[in-house]
Amino acid sequence: MDCKDAQNLINGYVDGELDPVRNLEIEHHLQECALCSQGYKNHQVLQNGIKTGPFYFKAPVDLQRRIQLSLRKAVKAEAGHRVLPKWWLTIAAPMAAAAIVVLALVPFLRGPSADDLLAREVISSHVRSLMASHLADVASSDQHTVKPWFAGKLNFSPPVEDLARQGFPLVGGRLDYLQDRPVAALIYQRQKHFINLFIWPSGSDSDVGTKTVSRQGYNLFYWTKSGMTYWAASDLNNSELQEFVQLVQNQPSPKS
Amino acid sequence: MREKDRLARFEQTILPHLDAAYNLARWLTRNEHDAEDMVQEAYLRAFKFFNAFRGVDGRAWLLTIVRNTCYTWLQQNRAHEITTMFDEEIHSVDSDASNPATLALQSADQQILREALDELPVEFREVVVLRDLEGFSYKEIADIVNIPAGTVMSRLARARERLKQFLCNRPKEDA
Repeated sequence: MDCKDAQNLINGYVDGELDPVRNLEIEHHLQECALCSQGYKNHQVLQNGIKTGPFYFKAPVDLQRRIQLSLRKAVKAEAGHRVLPKWWLTIAAPMAAAAIVVLALVPFLRGPSADDLLAREVISSHVRSLMASHLADVASSDQHTVKPWFAGKLNFSPPVEDLARQGFPLVGGRLDYLQDRPVAALIYQRQKHFINLFIWPSGSDSDVGTKTVSRQGYNLFYWTKSGMTYWAASDLNNSELQEFVQLVQNQPSPKS
Repeated sequence: MREKDRLARFEQTILPHLDAAYNLARWLTRNEHDAEDMVQEAYLRAFKFFNAFRGVDGRAWLLTIVRNTCYTWLQQNRAHEITTMFDEEIHSVDSDASNPATLALQSADQQILREALDELPVEFREVVVLRDLEGFSYKEIADIVNIPAGTVMSRLARARERLKQFLCNRPKEDA
C-alpha cells in the first residue's frame, strides 16, 4: 500500500469500516510512513474533538411534552373522524351492525365495506394534509418538477398533469400513506378549495368505473383506470369536483 | 382503542430517540426553534407511518424521517444551502496531505470547531453528525441519507479535510 491508497482509505480506517485485510495493510503502512502516521493522528484528534466536544444538542425539556400533546391531538382528530354526531350514530350503529352481519354471511361481498374504510382513510389524510401545514412535500405548479420528485420515493410513477388552464392549478405533490402502502398525493386548487388526488397501482388490469360518496362535508370520487386507482377528495361542491375528475380521466393514459 | 395502543407502542419505541432527532434537526436547520418544529412535525409523520415500521432500529427509522422533514423545509426556506455541486465521487481529497501540520485541539478550539461544523455544506454536515455524534455505520448512514456507502465515505473525507484545514488555519493567538 502506498501513501495515496492510505489517504483514500484513512477515513474508513478511523471509522472501523475496512475489511480485515485492508486494515492490516494500512496499519503496516502507518508504521512505516511518518507522514501518513501524522495524518492519521490528526484524524484521531479531530474525531475525538467532535465526539467529546459539547456538540450534541439535547432536546429542550418541554419538547417531549409538546410532541406528546400533538400526538394525542392527532389521535383525537382521527377518532373524531370516526365518531360522527350522535344523530348519525343512531342510524350508523344499526347500519354497521347490519353490515357486519352481511359481511359475516357473505364474505365475497367485501367490496363496498373496503371502499367505506378507504373513504375514511382518504378523508383523514385529506384533513390532515390541510391541518398540519403539510399540504405538499414538493410545492410546484410544474408537472415536470412534481413527477420526477416521486421517482425513487415510490415504486410507480403517477401521472401528473397541471390543469391550470382548465381552472384547477397544480399546487404540488406529497408522499402519503393509504391501505398500508405509500401513495402519491397530488394537490390541486380551485379558488380557496384544495383537492387531494391520491394515486396508487390497483394491482389489476381491469378498470373500475367512477363512484362517488359524500362524508362529513367532503366529496369523494374514486375510480380505477389503466392499472391505477384514483381517489379525489375535497370540500369542493360535487359538480365542480366531478368536472375535475373528468379532466383527470380525460388525460392520456400513463405508460405502464 | 386500537389507536391508543398504537400510540402507546409508538411512544415506547420512538420517543426515546428524541435527543437524536433534535440533535440532527438542530444541526440541519442551525436554529433551535426551527429544529423543534421539525422534530414535532417529524414525530407526527412518523406516527402516521408507524405501521410501516418493521421494528428493527427505531432511531435510524426516525432520523430518516427527521432528515426528510428538514430537507423539505430547507428546500422551501433555505434552498441556497442545498448544494449538490460538489463532485461526490472524488475520493482523493485536495488536501495538503503530503505535509500535514500537527493538529492539536485545545478547549479554546471548540468554538472554532463548532463554527467550522456549522459552515460545512449541509450534505457534509449531516454525515459528520450521523457518524461522529450518532455513531452510525456507513451502511446505516447510506440508508438514512439515501446515497451509496462509497459516497458516505467520500463525503466524510471531504468534510473532515475541510474541518482540519479550518482548524489549521485558525489564528494562533494563544501561542
